[in-house]
Amino acid sequence: MGIIKETGTYFLLMQRVFVLPDKWRIFFRQFSKELEKLGLLSLPIVIIISVFIGAIMTMQTKLNTENPILPTYTTGLVTRDTLLLEFSSTIMCLILAGKVGSNIASEIGTMRITEQIDALEIIGVNAANYLILPKITAFVVMMPFLVIYSIVVGLVGGYCIGLFTDIISVSDYLVGIQYAFIPYYVFYTIFKSLFFAHIIASVAAYYGYYAYGGALDVGRASTSAVVNSSILILFFNLLITSLMLN
Amino acid sequence: MIEVKHVNKSFEGHHVLKDISAVFESGKVNMIIGRSGSGKTVLMKSVIGLHRVDSGRIEYNGRNLPDMSVKDVRLLRREVGMLFQGAALFDSMTVFDNVYFPLEMFSGLSAYEMRERTAFCLNRVNLADESFELFPSEISGGMQKRVAIARAIALNPKYLFCDEPNSGLDPKTALIIDQLIAEITKEYDITTIINSHDMNSIMEIGDKIIFVNEGQKEWEGSKDSIFHSDNEALNNFVFASDLFKKVKKAANAYKKM
Ligand SMILES: Nc1ncnc2c1ncn2[C@@H]1O[C@H](COP(=O)(O)OP(=O)(O)OP(=O)(O)O)[C@@H](O)[C@H]1O
Ligand SMILES: [Mg+2]
Repeated sequence: MGIIKETGTYFLLMQRVFVLPDKWRIFFRQFSKELEKLGLLSLPIVIIISVFIGAIMTMQTKLNTENPILPTYTTGLVTRDTLLLEFSSTIMCLILAGKVGSNIASEIGTMRITEQIDALEIIGVNAANYLILPKITAFVVMMPFLVIYSIVVGLVGGYCIGLFTDIISVSDYLVGIQYAFIPYYVFYTIFKSLFFAHIIASVAAYYGYYAYGGALDVGRASTSAVVNSSILILFFNLLITSLMLN
Repeated sequence: MIEVKHVNKSFEGHHVLKDISAVFESGKVNMIIGRSGSGKTVLMKSVIGLHRVDSGRIEYNGRNLPDMSVKDVRLLRREVGMLFQGAALFDSMTVFDNVYFPLEMFSGLSAYEMRERTAFCLNRVNLADESFELFPSEISGGMQKRVAIARAIALNPKYLFCDEPNSGLDPKTALIIDQLIAEITKEYDITTIINSHDMNSIMEIGDKIIFVNEGQKEWEGSKDSIFHSDNEALNNFVFASDLFKKVKKAANAYKKM
């Protein structure tokens, strides 16, 4: 399928997804299940990766900027801004594209090839809306929390380096992470993460929804979902950043 | 009653349904028979609108399906029940919830009435209360088929579609399921369409039989006339099994006497 045709099919699918649910009660039931499945269950991986990256970044920055000209707050500041601007939104979303994206694509893909989606349609349900809308909305709603968790936990990781090693002193680090703080960066990073959350959930749903064949094809669909949503995230990161930080 | 008129359907150049016309009557078990890969499933899914046909008319009591709006198709679907080739139960839901779900979506009944109706449908297909809280992965293929039938009849359909209801079942369970479908059809005056390549169920419950070969309708008639047709493809299909060859031989010998 050509890229134009695929994009067209994607938007046609989204048109069926973004309509009012048949039954709000059933929507909210699905929505809260997805909050847990896509959001809460992603928390462990977000915490583990962020704490280690925060720690390693503090260490690397300090070791590579061993220069008397540079002020002592440099390390803390660099760690904070890297977490805030790129790591906790973009890199975290690339990782979540792997976890959440493949989960969504394989779940919906399996429902497609075992005819469960046809069964929904036969009952008279708008299957795209019933299956996909709760996933997209739940993931978008959870994303800011994941990002903020990631930033905070990443900073804690750096703090641990100050606490448990003599690479950097705790006070230098604490001054650094508070120095020249720009609140707009928080808005920027959360804004783009919402965008990425939508890309991850909707692109994965698209590949799952149009899977055709057998179990192998479901695997293929989930690989395509991860690869293509990652590329889209990188592309839109560039676009959003050049629009918002210039 | 469903009338199919000159329906064509192809997938990316592969012409699967070739100018098929047929009439499916209410209160009768209409059977579409044919070899594996002949296009039975595609025909059935086209009749319900899961596949869009390239040309032709599909009339539900005179209303042409391809002309209907998305909303009207959804409304029509509420009068349709379907049993899929692989049961297609929702595997995140229990047996009970699988049948409860369509009611919850569209019946407008109270919670109590919906639970009553769910239990009624499940009991109607001979499923005991113990199995209600099991998940589809925890029950046998035959039970899955029965749950799927219960789900299909939950909203009192006017049209019932069954895609190979007894594939993968032992002959006894297959017979029970066939008879169940036939009973329900007569009881509620449903227009039932069954895909099958099982001669036993064709002889057991087929009121009207349509033979599809390589995407074309080659023959239609009753189960009594099926042994006397001179259509070569049909004869090859029917007399593929040794048993039915012997039946034919015996019948011919009887005629000569
Ligand atoms: N979605 C699809 N895309 C492309 N080709 C398809 C699709 N669905 C079915 N076909 C093709 O249509 C033909 C008929 O398939 P169909 O599933 O209708 O056969 P069938 O008669 O139901 O066989 P069986 O008895 O094995 O179920 C096959 O050649 C199949 O490859
Ligand atoms: Mg089939």
